[in-house]
Amino acid sequence: MAEIVGLHEAVAELVHDGDSVAMEGFTHLIPFAAGHEVIRQGRRDLDLIRMTPDLLYDQLIGMGCARRLVFSYGGNPGVGSLHRFRDAIEHGWPVPLEIEEHSHAGMANRYAAGAAALPFAILRGYAGTDLVRHTQVASITCPFTGEELAAVPALNPDVTIVHAQEADRSGSVQLWGIPGVQKEAILAGKRSLVTVERLVDVIEPRPGGVVIPGWVIDAVAVAPGGAAPSYAHGLTERDNDFYKAWDTISRDRDTFAAWMDEHVLGAPAGAGA
Amino acid sequence: MSDVTAGEVQTIVAARLLRDARSCFIGVGRPSTAAILAREIVNPDLVLVYESGTIGAKPQRIPLSIGDGELAATADLVVPVVEMFNYWIQPGRIDVAFLGAAQVDRRGHLNSTVIGDYAHPRTRLPGAGGAPEIATGCDRTIVIAPHSPRTFVAQLDFLTTRAAPEAVITDLGVLEPDPDDGELVLVQVHPGVEPDAVQDETGWDLRISPRLGTTPPPTEAELAALRALVAR
Repeated sequence: MAEIVGLHEAVAELVHDGDSVAMEGFTHLIPFAAGHEVIRQGRRDLDLIRMTPDLLYDQLIGMGCARRLVFSYGGNPGVGSLHRFRDAIEHGWPVPLEIEEHSHAGMANRYAAGAAALPFAILRGYAGTDLVRHTQVASITCPFTGEELAAVPALNPDVTIVHAQEADRSGSVQLWGIPGVQKEAILAGKRSLVTVERLVDVIEPRPGGVVIPGWVIDAVAVAPGGAAPSYAHGLTERDNDFYKAWDTISRDRDTFAAWMDEHVLGAPAGAGA
Repeated sequence: MSDVTAGEVQTIVAARLLRDARSCFIGVGRPSTAAILAREIVNPDLVLVYESGTIGAKPQRIPLSIGDGELAATADLVVPVVEMFNYWIQPGRIDVAFLGAAQVDRRGHLNSTVIGDYAHPRTRLPGAGGAPEIATGCDRTIVIAPHSPRTFVAQLDFLTTRAAPEAVITDLGVLEPDPDDGELVLVQVHPGVEPDAVQDETGWDLRISPRLGTTPPPTEAELAALRALVAR
């Protein structure tokens, strides 16, 4: 059963230097508050995993928390580049960043295999691309039809962190709107933390809602607005203006550092952004 | 209609290609604008599919990201990412893929990964996203890209997506594969564009179709619909 704890305590307990950490949320429900707490606690050498690194991993990378990144799309959606991600790969700033990149289909299936406790996933993918020479993918023959398929290794992060709309007092959570790969990522993770907009007495299942029982989650922390500038469907709006503004803030190392100082490092422990 | 921009023509030409499609998978940017426009001008029943898992989205405005709230709120169904790729794209349930890229070669293959060497890139681009499997899973692939020698290159720096597009729509014209060997051929120029100008913006010796046509200019109705959409 998940413990309901403060965000500071949850991150201190569950996220360690050198861990592989997946923070998921496909454009929607990105766990910014938890990621900022990881930055404030000064975690280092993380093996960051996320399909779409987005602004959150741009911030973690720019603050020197990551040693390695596993991903499938490193852009600012609809805006352009992630400048801190680019600076780390192109110039090794602030620290060199190893990468392992996949396609979305490959990453999603890697999580699904991890959730299923299988060693790998199969899909029709990667064929004829240069990705094959640069990432973990192998060819496998179907034992029934002889078809050649791609195999990708399971992902089992040391810790998975997601954000959801609500939790009850047993630590069961419900999220709705774009469900992304959060359920797979939680079930694939060795440990898990869910931040939520609110606590409710009873979860009322919603059409299209994804309920994850508290007994597969380690900790739940209340973090209202904790997905901003991403959003929590039905409760908060995506701050598209901030996604555009980030292009300017993040382009320059000093401007980025000043913004992080003011909005993340300067915020109280456990705070949202 | 002398004030029509090359980008507007490109978007409208792409939208027209969706007249008979049942469903279209959409990347961000100009492909998204064209597909939303298609629902307004040629195909009101077109099912828009975004990789965020929203199937049958009916956005009234152009979303900034593929995961904006309006897409989920207006969708026929919203599915997890694993389901999107495994149940909908991989089996070929989506007709058309609309894709963009940083580089396109003469076969219509795409690079969205790096400019320069992979280990020491001059420019690190976002990467594959859903494109490799979307291009192979959908029956038809249409590429939408700005026409310049930086984009239309003789040699890709990285082959991200082995696309076999039925058409590449640029701001200067339309390229289609030669039925014999698959090399892209200029089959159509937009109004006011000379074929030589297209060659100048292409990084290889471009084949020009002996039956080269001119794009029918945007109608008043098409242009009004596009401008209203962009302004919303």
